Amino acid sequence: MSSFIARRLLLLFPVLIGILVVTFTITRMIPGDPCDVMLGEKATKAKCKIFKQHYGLDKSIPEQFVRYMLNVAQGDFGTTIRDRRPVSDVIAERLPLTIELTVLATVFASTFGILLGVVAALNRNSTADTATMVFANIGVSMPIFWLGLLLAYFFSLTLKDTPFFIPPSSRLSPGVSIVPLAKLWGLQNLKGFQRFMLLLVSNSAILNALLTGNTKLLKDALWHLILPALAVGTISLSVIARMTRSSLLDVLGEDYVRTARSKGLRERLVIYHHGLRNALIPIVTIIGLQIGGLLSGAVLTETIFGLPGVGSRAVEAILSRDYPIIQGFSVLVAVIFVFTNLIVDISYAYLDPRIRLK
Amino acid sequence: MSAATTTELPLVASQTIADESPARLALRRLRHHRSAQVGFVMLLMLTLTALFADRIAPFDPLLPLENVVRRSTPCIHMLGCAAGEPQHLMGIDGNNRDLFSRVVYGSRLSLQVGITTVSVAILVGGLLGALAGFLGGWPDDLIMRTLDILMAFPSLLLAISIVAVLGPGLINSLLAIAITEIPVYARVVRAGVVSVKDHDFVTASRALGASRMRLLFARVLPSSLTPLIVAGTLGIAGAILSAAALSFLGLGAEFPIPEWGLMLGEERNSVFNAPHLVLFPGIAIMVTVLSFNLIGDGLRDALDPRLHR
Repeated sequence: MSSFIARRLLLLFPVLIGILVVTFTITRMIPGDPCDVMLGEKATKAKCKIFKQHYGLDKSIPEQFVRYMLNVAQGDFGTTIRDRRPVSDVIAERLPLTIELTVLATVFASTFGILLGVVAALNRNSTADTATMVFANIGVSMPIFWLGLLLAYFFSLTLKDTPFFIPPSSRLSPGVSIVPLAKLWGLQNLKGFQRFMLLLVSNSAILNALLTGNTKLLKDALWHLILPALAVGTISLSVIARMTRSSLLDVLGEDYVRTARSKGLRERLVIYHHGLRNALIPIVTIIGLQIGGLLSGAVLTETIFGLPGVGSRAVEAILSRDYPIIQGFSVLVAVIFVFTNLIVDISYAYLDPRIRLK
Repeated sequence: MSAATTTELPLVASQTIADESPARLALRRLRHHRSAQVGFVMLLMLTLTALFADRIAPFDPLLPLENVVRRSTPCIHMLGCAAGEPQHLMGIDGNNRDLFSRVVYGSRLSLQVGITTVSVAILVGGLLGALAGFLGGWPDDLIMRTLDILMAFPSLLLAISIVAVLGPGLINSLLAIAITEIPVYARVVRAGVVSVKDHDFVTASRALGASRMRLLFARVLPSSLTPLIVAGTLGIAGAILSAAALSFLGLGAEFPIPEWGLMLGEERNSVFNAPHLVLFPGIAIMVTVLSFNLIGDGLRDALDPRLHR
């Protein structure tokens, strides 16, 4: 098993370098002189020379690329144009929320998707089955941002003054805030990657609450993510439900299921141990394939619920042409995506011993 | 007598199925596929709406109206709106325009968006995939590994990055979506090409002196057509959703284009006091996407040879 993981990790390197090539190329493709684009009206000849020296733009393209790779490897994504902050700080501030939302949506979509799929498969051609599949068809066709708006309307206006009221916006309720871990643990002197990681954990309201044992913060943080997670997860839920249904139906028609039944096993044991377990591989595959969509969905939904995540900042950056941020976000999102796919691959090997031996 | 007919009937039926050509068989299955039927009816209505948008829409989709209340709720005569008032089926938007007219015109744009982006992606992706599969060796590796890297980015986020470079706008957003879809079609076509290029009928054709171009286009490519049709139909649904999302974020279609995503984006802050402005464009997107998804599912079931039971 460990050699399988090691092999897969080695295969990651070309992909990671490819991602850097793409993001590097994208920023080099920006029309116009980077100096004019970055400095705008303030661009004079003398200033441009200093600027180009500072960013190494006077070197050859291969040299620039090597420099870019080395910087990124050290967690240096440059500084934002508007307020001259390190891009890594902006990422550490914005990324945790997007990841929290993606993870919650994945959990929601997988749990209910598999549940609905199993119910539909076990009651094939019943009303419950038809209803689930109609729901799934509508679910995959809904624009996430529209669903988000409708949920916000329903839960905060229609259900106002009921216990089901859920706030439509912002990360935390007034009066609830996170405690910076660096301050709490006296780790203000950390540098580079360690500092970045600590900031990431510290800025994730959920992790922060868990680490400091702050139940009030944890409740509030989750409460505000319910609606966005529902909106983000619905498409994937539908896809997972469909896949679970068809995969389970396939498996339940296999000979070994008939054997299990004929030797008198209880039906529950047959379905969960012989059926669902073998049906899981295509389901895990489809969950893995959904992660990119969930990440994109999180980015879209943040802007609706006024959540301070990567998405809203990236759109701002695009409209104000703040390229270092876009570049940093693109690299990071791609890296996260690649790593989640790796985890999915490893889980196949866990689920199906045959894959490990290949 | 009755026993004889019941045993004979299924026999006759299976014989006619066996005699049919695969294409006719698929067509017949598609016609009897319930969700495909629903999808086709929906798409037909959408197409008619798009074609006759100028006849159906009662007002100009771009020009603000006079003497209307901004963001007022729908006025429908049948539902009790005073007969003297002009009818506004979906209400008035934030710029005093008739929402129904805008939604009707939006169908034109949405269908065009879906079909053009997917066509571009299929042309480029299909060609790359065909070359990769047909040539094999290093061109195959070069093309497919490059496209793999494009697939390392979640597609909508890659589209956002590309828009960042090209600059916001409808055409740029469509181009961005088309680029992100290229790897999908390249893979589909390559898989089809690889699976048939060593078959006897191709070798026979080569032995008869067919040129490489003819081999590729006349013998090998048609085999990957089936999965391509399915992927393309589902791809149209995805492209419409992505284009709406980009416009919603303010990176696609710009004021005053009647684009459904943009309409949602413009009015997202009024969801609490004028929910109808958000409701109707969203339903329009959903119905359009749903119709392509249903047809795509029907096509997949109808064309899948494993279902030939």
